[in-house]
Amino acid sequence: MNNKITALVTGLALAAGVAAKTELTVYTAVEAEDLKRYADTFEAQNPDIEINWVRDSTGIITAKLLAEKENPQADVIWGLAGTSLMVLGNEGMLASYKPQGYELLDPKFRDNSPEPQWVGMDAWMAAICVNTVEAEKHNLPMPTSWADLTNPVYQGHVIMPNPASSGTGFLDVSSWMQMMGEDQAWDYMDDLHNNISRYTHSGSKPCKLAASGETAIGVSFAFRAAKSKEQGAPLEIVFPTEGLGWDMEAAAIVKGTEKQAAAERLMDFIISREAMEMYNVGYAIVAMPGVAKPVKHFPENASELIIDNDFAWAAANRDRILSEWTRRYDGKSEAK
Amino acid sequence: MTSISIAQPSNSKAAQRKRLTIKWTGIAALVTLAALAIFVLLPLVEVVSRALADKDGNFVGISNFITYFQSPSLVNSLFNTLSIGLMVTFFVVTLAFSYAYALTHTRMPFKGFFRALAMLPIFAPSLLPAIALVYLFGNQGILKEWLFGASIYGPIGIVIGMTFWIFPHAFMIIYTALQQNDGRLYEAATSCKAGFWHTFYSVTLSNARYGLLSAVFVSFTLAVTDFGVAKVIGGQYDVLATDIYKQVIGQQNFAMGSVVGVVLLLPALFSFAADRWVQKKQQSTLNAKSTPFTPEKSWLTSGVALATTSLITITLLTIVGMAVYASFIKFWPYNLSFSLNNYQFDLMDGGGWESYFNSLKMATLTAMIGTVFIFVTAWLNERCQTNAIMRQAVDFLSMIPMAVPGMVLGLAYIFFFNQPNNPLNFMYGTLLILAVSSIAHFYTVCHLSFKTAFKQIDKEFDQVALSVNRSRWDMLVKLYIPLSMPAISSVFLYLFVNAMTTVSAVVFLYASDTALASVAVLNMDDAGDIAPAAAMATLIMVTCLAAKAVHWLIFDVLIIGRQTWRTAGA
Repeated sequence: MNNKITALVTGLALAAGVAAKTELTVYTAVEAEDLKRYADTFEAQNPDIEINWVRDSTGIITAKLLAEKENPQADVIWGLAGTSLMVLGNEGMLASYKPQGYELLDPKFRDNSPEPQWVGMDAWMAAICVNTVEAEKHNLPMPTSWADLTNPVYQGHVIMPNPASSGTGFLDVSSWMQMMGEDQAWDYMDDLHNNISRYTHSGSKPCKLAASGETAIGVSFAFRAAKSKEQGAPLEIVFPTEGLGWDMEAAAIVKGTEKQAAAERLMDFIISREAMEMYNVGYAIVAMPGVAKPVKHFPENASELIIDNDFAWAAANRDRILSEWTRRYDGKSEAK
Repeated sequence: MTSISIAQPSNSKAAQRKRLTIKWTGIAALVTLAALAIFVLLPLVEVVSRALADKDGNFVGISNFITYFQSPSLVNSLFNTLSIGLMVTFFVVTLAFSYAYALTHTRMPFKGFFRALAMLPIFAPSLLPAIALVYLFGNQGILKEWLFGASIYGPIGIVIGMTFWIFPHAFMIIYTALQQNDGRLYEAATSCKAGFWHTFYSVTLSNARYGLLSAVFVSFTLAVTDFGVAKVIGGQYDVLATDIYKQVIGQQNFAMGSVVGVVLLLPALFSFAADRWVQKKQQSTLNAKSTPFTPEKSWLTSGVALATTSLITITLLTIVGMAVYASFIKFWPYNLSFSLNNYQFDLMDGGGWESYFNSLKMATLTAMIGTVFIFVTAWLNERCQTNAIMRQAVDFLSMIPMAVPGMVLGLAYIFFFNQPNNPLNFMYGTLLILAVSSIAHFYTVCHLSFKTAFKQIDKEFDQVALSVNRSRWDMLVKLYIPLSMPAISSVFLYLFVNAMTTVSAVVFLYASDTALASVAVLNMDDAGDIAPAAAMATLIMVTCLAAKAVHWLIFDVLIIGRQTWRTAGA
């Protein structure tokens, strides 16, 4: 009898434990292959919290969050472009929270306001994937700079992401504007447009298409370039000499979540040392100084190649730049 | 006196029973009518009203449509869509006619084999041919030279992909039409010494003209509303279906998405109305005096027929085979060794293996709920309904889904079910809403199948049964269900296969934990993971073929094999 009661009580307790598991809906633009690893690492430490990912490209996730402004579906955003989070912050959609260990981060990766709304995780930066087999076949010289890409020899051989849907596409455009000045940047893109065969919806796809020889040149980002090269694709990764556009992957709590406590625990984890080591597997620059080890196929001086990015300017002008871009070039875009 | 008092209660008992019977079937009929209105009509009303409102929901009349027709890229898509529709229709109907003609009007060998193979594309999602075309004719395609430098990304790819996918639909209609040929007409033509072309024109074509027209309209509708092919291989060539997606998913601009949806509804509605008109005109040309038509033995015609059908079959098999082959390649085109890496779906976009199991669950749910609901609704309407207006209302609502493109239906479901004050809001984001949307999407063909099946059951059965006080329920269980078993099983399979392969309606409705395999194909392709997309498409096709095999084993081998009386009677 006693045994039965004990069993019953244990059963109930277990059932209660299962029922008490908090599910967090987390919106993300992190590469799909990393999601499982990230969630597993977090859930191993926090068995009472479960992460439900909603993943899409940066622009799509941003548009989705903006569309759901009145009735937010996400609890936490983990891994979205810093500029996008600033846009959401300006709309008043983020809750302020200063996670444990916030002071340990490089100031570049911090909101730096007294009540911070977001934290940076790592940086992802532009890179050009050139398929050496295809380049040779079409007698294409190896480009070394952004300016090279407008050379008419590359006509029809370049694919880049659509900045309206891809964060990588947007950091390219915003970095060109900051480096060249806005008017010259539009002139540059007009010339570049002549060489582009299509704009993709994802920032990874141009490099994957270059890796499989569907195009000779894919404007993409370093993480994807390194991964594709590691898989055995005949790729040369080019880091243009003028400087590399970059953005940070960042995280925030969505204002109005009913799961504030769990969300805060996730935010604490997101900037923990262990999480930084987790990001470092694919990204050479992470938010906590002194953690990052060199990543294969990345330049060793990565942090010197990236430009001094004015995120506030990029966030404030994002909408305007994208409408103008869409007006000029959208005819060549893939659906979405 | 006493005898009357004894007789009276029994009489009134029978009357009561009859009243009760009428009551439950009457109530059931009302319920099914209401369900049809809720799941088909109301969501569509919502799309139209969104098209007439601004982003904040204020009524703005046709101003969205004015914006639409002032943006050149959107109007361009309308012309693109119509021209793709016309081209695909031309190719599909020509090929399907040649194929069906060879199978019905010559004495070529292996007819059963070729007839079965023609149906192959039905079992694959429409994304599969598009992915296969990338491997066949893309920049690294094995047959790239065949395009003479033209790009497969664009109208060429869309037309080839759609032609592959729509082929079986047109083939079935034309095949049925060509089969109904009266042998006496051919004898007459021979005795008049009419030449081959003369006979072909005035007998064969003339007999099949309604079937041909019907095939034209069905192909056109499918071509203008399909989303998967254009999404994968369309490149920079926009069509209406991809525009809806761009507006809704890419820019979260629901008002403009609805406008494009309404614009897409127009050609589909026109085509649908034309098809109904043709169907009404069509009457059986066969009667009791007809003789079966036996084609003459001729090595030449059999040879040409065999060559034509073989060529088409090889094309179909090449496209399917290419997708399957590509899914097992380690790293196209640089490392062609065999690998199962592309089946590690958990490492890619799209929802992983879970999405495949979700699809299995959703398709089973669709087939079970759909078959029962549509069967009962059709039976109530055909055999129990006494009110002519209600009967016509059900028939009308059952025909609507055929005319509504999947993208529009999906959009309609977001609007309708995502309203917080809708009591059905709990369905939003569940597998159930995916199943219900699939049932609504594929409703019409199922309804028509049951109607046809009931036509073969004499109405006198009902009258006899009711006169001996058998209830409607008894009739349903003991007569209608057993006799309709072939139709029931076909509808079950039809719903299962379509729910496995469809993308268009569900792409707007899935949530993070209800991702589907077909949508995963789309999202993997979007992220540049084309080989894994091919792998998932292959998996869907194999699953559907397996379902077909099980269906064949159960119903064609085990059951029909025993029901010899059925064929003996016919």
